[in-house]
Amino acid sequence: MEPIKQHRGLVYPLDRTNVDTDQIIPKQFLKRIERQGFGQFLFYNWRFKDDGSQRDDFSLNDPKYDGASILVGGENFGCGSSREHAPWAVQDFGFKVVAAPSFADIFYNNCFKNGILPIQLPKPVIEQLMEKAEREKYELKVDLEKQTIDDGDFEVSFEIQPYHKEMLLNGWDEIAVTLTHEDKIDQYEKQNKGVKTLGIS
Amino acid sequence: MSQPKTIVEKIWDQHVVHEEEGKPNLLYIDLHLIHEVTSPQAFEGLRMAGRKVRRPDRTFATMDHNVPTIHRNVIKDEVSKKQMETLKTNCDEFGIRLADIHHPDQGIVHVIGPELGLTQPGKTIVCGDSHTSTHGAFGALAFGIGTSEVEHVLATQSLWQSRPKTLQVKVDGVLGTGVTAKDLILAIIGKYGVRFGTGYVIEYTGEAVRNLSMEERMTVCNMSIEAGARAGLISPDATTVDYLRGKRYVPEGEVFEEVAEQWLSLASDEGAVYDQTLSIHADEIEPQVTWGTNPSQCVPIGGQVPDPTFVQEDRDGIERAIDYMGLEPNQSIESIPVEHVFIGSCTNSRLSDLRKAAEIVRGRRVHEGVRALVVPGSKTVKDAAEAEGLDTIFLSAGFEWREAGCSMCLAMNDDIVPPGERCASTSNRNFEGRQGNGARTHLVSPEMAAAAALEGHFVDVRKYASTVGG
Repeated sequence: MEPIKQHRGLVYPLDRTNVDTDQIIPKQFLKRIERQGFGQFLFYNWRFKDDGSQRDDFSLNDPKYDGASILVGGENFGCGSSREHAPWAVQDFGFKVVAAPSFADIFYNNCFKNGILPIQLPKPVIEQLMEKAEREKYELKVDLEKQTIDDGDFEVSFEIQPYHKEMLLNGWDEIAVTLTHEDKIDQYEKQNKGVKTLGIS
Repeated sequence: MSQPKTIVEKIWDQHVVHEEEGKPNLLYIDLHLIHEVTSPQAFEGLRMAGRKVRRPDRTFATMDHNVPTIHRNVIKDEVSKKQMETLKTNCDEFGIRLADIHHPDQGIVHVIGPELGLTQPGKTIVCGDSHTSTHGAFGALAFGIGTSEVEHVLATQSLWQSRPKTLQVKVDGVLGTGVTAKDLILAIIGKYGVRFGTGYVIEYTGEAVRNLSMEERMTVCNMSIEAGARAGLISPDATTVDYLRGKRYVPEGEVFEEVAEQWLSLASDEGAVYDQTLSIHADEIEPQVTWGTNPSQCVPIGGQVPDPTFVQEDRDGIERAIDYMGLEPNQSIESIPVEHVFIGSCTNSRLSDLRKAAEIVRGRRVHEGVRALVVPGSKTVKDAAEAEGLDTIFLSAGFEWREAGCSMCLAMNDDIVPPGERCASTSNRNFEGRQGNGARTHLVSPEMAAAAALEGHFVDVRKYASTVGG
């Protein structure tokens, strides 16, 4: 996984609440067995008509957001299914940061496994970012080490669990980290041979 | 006596493999369920890193999301077919048990786990599927994970997890006639919204919850994720023990009785403290119908589509939902015509669901112009239903009777609601496009779905009082 320390990019505002994973990546695209190439299907039913042509009424199709890498969304972003295809699509489309007033738990966790930084910010701050990004081309600098976002005029800090922060800063392979504790897993299995961890055969 | 604990704290404490200041806990996973959609990239990851599956004996796979429900051997979609073949190859290579499309144990992963007795109180259970919360009905700590975490569990049989906060949802009183477990969970989400459970594990308590059968408890816990909670559970009791006795993967005889004692001891202690408690009274609850595009957008059957002019919060969202659903503000729910009816999904496709729907349908006919489907949750459910003649009741009323799978809940196979058409569905998500691009979903109980099929629009199932136990 590619580490993130700092990121500067164009903001795309998606002013909708409860954006669910069925909208982020509709189910017809979940059949692929690869991990790459999902970006083209991001928000598919909002971006495209049935005949495959672009919809004019969806803001991500507005050329002023071309190349955006910071998505600012509404409450409960990423609710619904556990499909990791959702963060794969977000990341593959080119987004490195997603900011919202609140996230669904599974989506939030999945972001860290894919080098996406999810930032939870108070609603008034999100509204301010959306307003600016709707008005003009709006860039933000995100500094994960300092835990701040900054547009040159104002700076806001954000909270993140130290473990998540370290994972992104280092681009860790989490399985490799866990395997350094393999002896403890062995020990746990030895001590818990009893009923409560009954095998299934 | 030691400090009273909730069931969540008890299960958690028993499963911590490693803890370290400032980090999540490394939590042991007892059971890992797998299906074809969220696992291929995880197996590929193992292969690329030269890793093995640590405990194939704690892993169980089935095919459900993509499977055809008409002819088992006719998989028109080549990509779906490849995904199923890939699961077979992966299970063969890594030594994992698989109930494939022709296997007698095949079914929706959240239906077969309990049915086989793989799901047990006190276990930590994960699956690359958000409705894994279903297994919480047994007093297991069960939650959905992403594909990277699927790979992590395959490789290590553990997960890094932060200790969750606990939320008690207490339901006092007795549910009225014709008011089901589905109405209960929809009413809870309708009252408190789609994110009150975020960051929490919900424990459902109270008289109305205690009175639910295991299958009804599964319906409730299933939709915890629709309230934002990754997991929702119910403390085990005699109902739990009775359900599990004799199931294939639980012990027999005296050992069972010992195990059952341990299960019962997991129940939350009297006086245990929750981080938060919410409540609803069973008297408040009527048969529910969703009108919008998230599960909190529901009203009692006698209600109306809201008028956005009079709402304060998320007015845009409500307007967009009404527009997507092709409804009018203030339109009565009973006036909404239905073109499709789907009885199935991990929420409502178990034998008792089919029995209750069949009672409404018996001797009646599906309304003209309505296409109605019954999709049993598993091969076992299908066989049991056929053994008692439920298939005949549905078929002679004009329903289609299908093979087991997820089917029209998420329309990954050929069971799709066409654009702009409307479906009364016993599933769990009414998101835009969920049952097909442009499809309009109304979530209801199996009884309400059956009644809508007969009348061609939503009706209060309590008018069939003689067949709903009144």
